[in-house]
Amino acid sequence: MAQAVRTETTKTDPGRGLDLRKLGMWTFLGSEVFFFGALIVTHMAMRGVEPLSSSFKSMNVEAVRELFGYNVITSVLAFILLMSSLTMVLALDGVKTNNPKRFRFWLGATIFCGLCFLGGQVYEFTHIIHEGVTIRNSMFGSTFFTLTGFHGTHVFVGVVWLTSLLISSLRHPNRYNGQNFMAVEMAGLYWHFVDLVWVGIFTLVYLI
Amino acid sequence: MATDVQALHAPEVKPKGGWLSWLVTVDHKKIGIMYLVTAFVFFLIGGLEALMIRVQLGTPENSFLTPQAYNQIFTMHGTTMVFLAIMPLNAGFMNYFVPLMIGAGDMAYPRMNAMSYWLLLFGGLVMYVSFISGGNAPDAGWFAYAPLTEKIYSTTRGMDFWVLGLQLLGVSSLAGSVNIIVTIIRLRAPGMRFNRMPLFVWMSMITSFLLIFALPSITVGITLLFFDRNFQTNFFLPAAGGDPLLWQHLFWFFGHPEVYIMILPAFGMISEILPVFSRKPIFGYEFVAYSGVAIGFLGFAVWAHHMFATGLGTVADTFFSAASMLISVPTGVKIFNWLATMWRGDLRFKTPMYFAVGFIAMFVIGGISGVSLAAPPFDLQVTDSYYVVAHFHYVLFGGAAFALFGGAYYWLPKITGRMLDERLGKFNFWMIFLGFNLTFFPQHILGIEGMPRRIWTYQDNQGWNLYNLLSSIGAFLIAFGALIFVVNLILSLRRGEPAGNDPWDAATLEWATTSPPPAHNFDAEIIVNSRRPLWDNKYSGEDRGMTLNHDWHPHLPPPSSAPLIFSSGLFVLAFGMFFLGSTPVLGIPIILVALAIAGFGMSRWVGEIAEDPVL
Repeated sequence: MAQAVRTETTKTDPGRGLDLRKLGMWTFLGSEVFFFGALIVTHMAMRGVEPLSSSFKSMNVEAVRELFGYNVITSVLAFILLMSSLTMVLALDGVKTNNPKRFRFWLGATIFCGLCFLGGQVYEFTHIIHEGVTIRNSMFGSTFFTLTGFHGTHVFVGVVWLTSLLISSLRHPNRYNGQNFMAVEMAGLYWHFVDLVWVGIFTLVYLI
Repeated sequence: MATDVQALHAPEVKPKGGWLSWLVTVDHKKIGIMYLVTAFVFFLIGGLEALMIRVQLGTPENSFLTPQAYNQIFTMHGTTMVFLAIMPLNAGFMNYFVPLMIGAGDMAYPRMNAMSYWLLLFGGLVMYVSFISGGNAPDAGWFAYAPLTEKIYSTTRGMDFWVLGLQLLGVSSLAGSVNIIVTIIRLRAPGMRFNRMPLFVWMSMITSFLLIFALPSITVGITLLFFDRNFQTNFFLPAAGGDPLLWQHLFWFFGHPEVYIMILPAFGMISEILPVFSRKPIFGYEFVAYSGVAIGFLGFAVWAHHMFATGLGTVADTFFSAASMLISVPTGVKIFNWLATMWRGDLRFKTPMYFAVGFIAMFVIGGISGVSLAAPPFDLQVTDSYYVVAHFHYVLFGGAAFALFGGAYYWLPKITGRMLDERLGKFNFWMIFLGFNLTFFPQHILGIEGMPRRIWTYQDNQGWNLYNLLSSIGAFLIAFGALIFVVNLILSLRRGEPAGNDPWDAATLEWATTSPPPAHNFDAEIIVNSRRPLWDNKYSGEDRGMTLNHDWHPHLPPPSSAPLIFSSGLFVLAFGMFFLGSTPVLGIPIILVALAIAGFGMSRWVGEIAEDPVL
């Protein structure tokens, strides 16, 4: 195995235990923090700004809050997404303990949670647009849809990634096991990150 | 010498395996060469654009270019030099030399490395396609200030090409930076501790960290701009509550670290060249390394000094002014360390040393004008004038480009296996040195006398004629200097003297292998015992610097077409996005095709990883 060779050649220096791919993933996620940071700051700074021209909507943040409605729906969605982190941990545990059935069950559960979240977001978007807040007519709408839209896209990418793992594990039942689980762990890292971002978005956009 | 002294044979210049092998290569050295060649071509194109600017401004009321063409040319000059020349030239040297300097067999992710290169090429192509699509190149400056970039003010599609090209370049840089960071952290040879790494490796690592944290900001900025232009949002339009200053914050939060992203690798190259040609170890290694880290951190706290003229208020002005001036401390530390490295050294004035010393002098001038600009009262006097143009050309041309020329003369013998001509090299240096100063020094005076930047022409009676003429003459001297470099390169490739493994009697690991190095870089694993392994072995007569472990089996992944296919998908995707807002009937099918291509590339890639777990 290539990985084994590499680990051997570099064993004499301290601090080199971390898997190559995992370190790359962490670095990438560091960059993603700044990506969502920029979007969140944009939303926080611009959401209450009044338009100069009367052809655009004046969006009182409190009034828009009323639209969310609900907080019930978004709270449930946040709960679902957080639970999907738990199921992801259980899926990884299934791989590590050489239990493909358990792995596939919890992986499927994670994908299901992700899909529920996406469905909820579609419902929420439709609802808000129906109430007259669009990406074009106000700063609140522009920054809100951009931020949550990009987060939703990340969830979607995650769902595609996890699904590809599920398919690949169904086609090659022995591909992921107690010795070879990095592909699953990487997807898991990404998934946890996307969940964590939602915690930030939920707090800053919906609660504060 | 620790390594075997091999009989000097004329190296084969032509690559083995035909040109197709370049399309599927995952070898960091071949990818590095492709980076360097592509970026150098873009450097020449950007230089031609600079010449056109200087021809237009050489005489008052000139009409060589129309105002519209002038806007496009100066926008593309800046964009090209920053994103398609200096950055990828740095990336090319990093790609080629970081693995060699740390004694690794390749980069951490060879396939992703290939992807980074292809996205650079495709990003550049997307930008330049704008010229032939009805002559509508980007025309709002490389800084793309809103609301000038909005559809109502920039009515052609140029800025859309600019945004899409930049997105591809951003992915390229992000992937490249992750790769460099992981390579340096994980693939160092045994004994190559952080505090033994060559300073070029240090600076490459800091640069890569700056990139991964700075790029997201401009990614968000250009995404919002793209939404504004194509999907009728109003992020930067005040009528709807949007704010042009939001763009400036997002842009300069990237844009200022970007300055260090361009100059820190240059610092690294200088820190490699000076000790070798002074025959002394670098003075204050730790200070040079850690002041680079300090510059990296401070670089994120100074972006608003580009925005003094926007009226941020006294508190913000004071903070950003003080933080900006603070950066001159670690930078000054480096300058004094370089001078102390040369002090009482046995100076050998070869071409790389000419450029290195020229770099220090020019960079100090640019640094001092930079400190003057960090003072808001002075900045308000000369903002948006030629003083600013003079300042950043002294740091980016007199700084980064000089270092790159020096790096080229220093390292090309390793890459090609042949020396460059010394006489032509010195001629090259003097032409560029004189031309550079003739071009840009008068611009300080022009700026103080009030000539604004980005103007298409000026009147006869404004008193700017002489300095503009001198500046334009200087530009042609620079072009002549660049031409000499091309001639020197061609002559060297054809009949240059064979370089041998270590033509400069240098200290770092890239000289411990053949020129050019074999695909697996080193024949044996190198166990590093010092900061200057080659010198410590050569001059002690023992294995004090490093020892060799011949039981070494570096793993190299096989050639792969997956990175090229995946990148092509993203390339097509850029055109799909281009049409999505205006003609969705065209845009949506193109996007679907693009996703299919990218998906196909990705699935091949994943398949290969399953066989061979290296990305």
